[in-house]
Amino acid sequence: MGALGRIWLFLVLVFLYLPIVIMALMAFNASPFYALPMTFTTKWFVDLSGNAKLIAAGRNSVLIALVTAIVATAIGTMAALALHRRQFRGRTLLRVLLLPPIAIPWLIIGTAMLVFFYWTGIGRGLHAMILGHVALALPYVVLVVGAGVDSLRPDLEDAAMSLGSSPSDAFFRITMPLLAPSIIAAALFAFAVSLDQFVVSYFLAMPGVSTLPVEIYSAIRKGFTPEINAISTILLVASMVIVLGFARLSRIGAGR
Amino acid sequence: MSAVAIDGVAQRFGATLVLDDVSIVFEAGKLTSLLGPSGSGKTTLLRIVAGFLAPEAGSVRIGDKDVTMEPVWRRRIGFVFQSYALFPHMSVLENVMYGLERRGMSRRAAGGKAGAALDMVRLPGFADRKPASLSGGQQQRVALARAIVTKPTVLLLDEPLSALDRRLRQEMQVELLRIQRESGLTTVFVTHDQEEALALSDRVAILDRGRIIQSGAPAEIYEHPRTRFAAAFLGDANFLTGTVEGGAIRLGGGALIRAASALPGEGARVTVAVRPEKIVLASPGDATVGGANSLPSTVNAAIYSGAALTYGVTTPDGTAMKVFAQNFDGRILAAGARVTLCWPPAQTVLLDDEGP
Repeated sequence: MGALGRIWLFLVLVFLYLPIVIMALMAFNASPFYALPMTFTTKWFVDLSGNAKLIAAGRNSVLIALVTAIVATAIGTMAALALHRRQFRGRTLLRVLLLPPIAIPWLIIGTAMLVFFYWTGIGRGLHAMILGHVALALPYVVLVVGAGVDSLRPDLEDAAMSLGSSPSDAFFRITMPLLAPSIIAAALFAFAVSLDQFVVSYFLAMPGVSTLPVEIYSAIRKGFTPEINAISTILLVASMVIVLGFARLSRIGAGR
Repeated sequence: MSAVAIDGVAQRFGATLVLDDVSIVFEAGKLTSLLGPSGSGKTTLLRIVAGFLAPEAGSVRIGDKDVTMEPVWRRRIGFVFQSYALFPHMSVLENVMYGLERRGMSRRAAGGKAGAALDMVRLPGFADRKPASLSGGQQQRVALARAIVTKPTVLLLDEPLSALDRRLRQEMQVELLRIQRESGLTTVFVTHDQEEALALSDRVAILDRGRIIQSGAPAEIYEHPRTRFAAAFLGDANFLTGTVEGGAIRLGGGALIRAASALPGEGARVTVAVRPEKIVLASPGDATVGGANSLPSTVNAAIYSGAALTYGVTTPDGTAMKVFAQNFDGRILAAGARVTLCWPPAQTVLLDDEGP
């Protein structure tokens, strides 16, 4: 890579990370008005630990994201196997129909869900947000796992069966281990989609039952406090650890 | 060692009849090739023998057991796939151990047996490698070891050598034959390569559009093909059409040729096949061997390939024929040369079908 290329890459990274780095730094700055020079403090984290509302919202966010990741990955993996392995009528149509929800604006999906959930009596709250997030995450899971299924030779299970494995035994001994990296990646994707989600959550949240993005948004409207920087920093570190951990894990899985 | 008996098997995919009332016995301990063009149903037949597919009609027996409704994982067969289908997340040794462990052998015992099988396919020292780090030929050997280590009742191979280059393929043919002889397994081998089928097989079955049109020893089929398709698919053949007349065949151009076998009644239309290498080119006026057929023709092309020559000739009625000649004297007949095609009546092979 030439010198120019290096500079370009550096600028891209600065563009990506500078706002985040500043936010993380300000979480440790004593001045609530971003005043410089910076004076180191952990005050905002201490304040945060006393903010029951934000903590409850954070717990909700992680809970919803976990349940979404598990449910969407389980359903999505089964759907991907069916869509990529089996022949049936309407398969192509179903595969194509999976894509538009990714492009439909969340605002529209959120409105549609709110109306639909109200009309069917599902209502709002934790369960509604989980339902909504699972629906949002499903297309991503099917896409990621489906790509993994396509990369597997279909005759591997045949080979296992010719050696005495029943179909389910062949699936769990051959297909599952080979698909594991795709499934884990899909689960992380689903987790991230849910944790990130603001618009749909905002529509489906109830007073007292909301997620961190929704809570941060209403907190900002009332007046900005560096506690928000603090909780954002915690989230940031957590997601970085997950992503980097996964990158390391998948390298171990791929290489020898 | 068990024979495999297929009786009246039929299979349909959608509207296409892929196998049409197929009956054949794969003899115990013998290597039988299923030879046919793509779409002839040979792979489908192999998959029915394996048990990947239950036939719509007919039965499959392995030894004296009817296994028609038994799924592949209960059949004790060995299957080698065209793509080898080695498990990429397992070592070579684990791949070979897989079938043994599924059938209840302890890990320790399976490891020992798998090691011995790798020795048999001449891959010692590869046990801990991953399949991806092996060459195509080596992967093929692992696939073979994995299929035979469980001592299957029958070994089924689906075009196992077609992904290898020519030199490696010939090497693997020798190897495959050695392993088949050593193990004494009843073996069914699907191929579309006629030379491979002739070189490897105890018996060959030719398939066309879902039917077995002829089966027998390679030489028997080659020397006595029963149909135009069999004659053309296995080796090269010239076809001549004429009318039976006084115990001989009158060709369109007026020439009379003889066959050693019995002919149908006077006046019947017949098609015969003559292999290009059975024909000798003589100069017009040369004395022919007593009783041989002689057909005056004209050379229209010569292909020189060193040891041998291939001539394209035209008979008086305009039929194009192919003749293989040994390069005895370095003399190449020019286009337009007048020659006489000579061959013994025994090499005139009467075909069952009239042909197009």
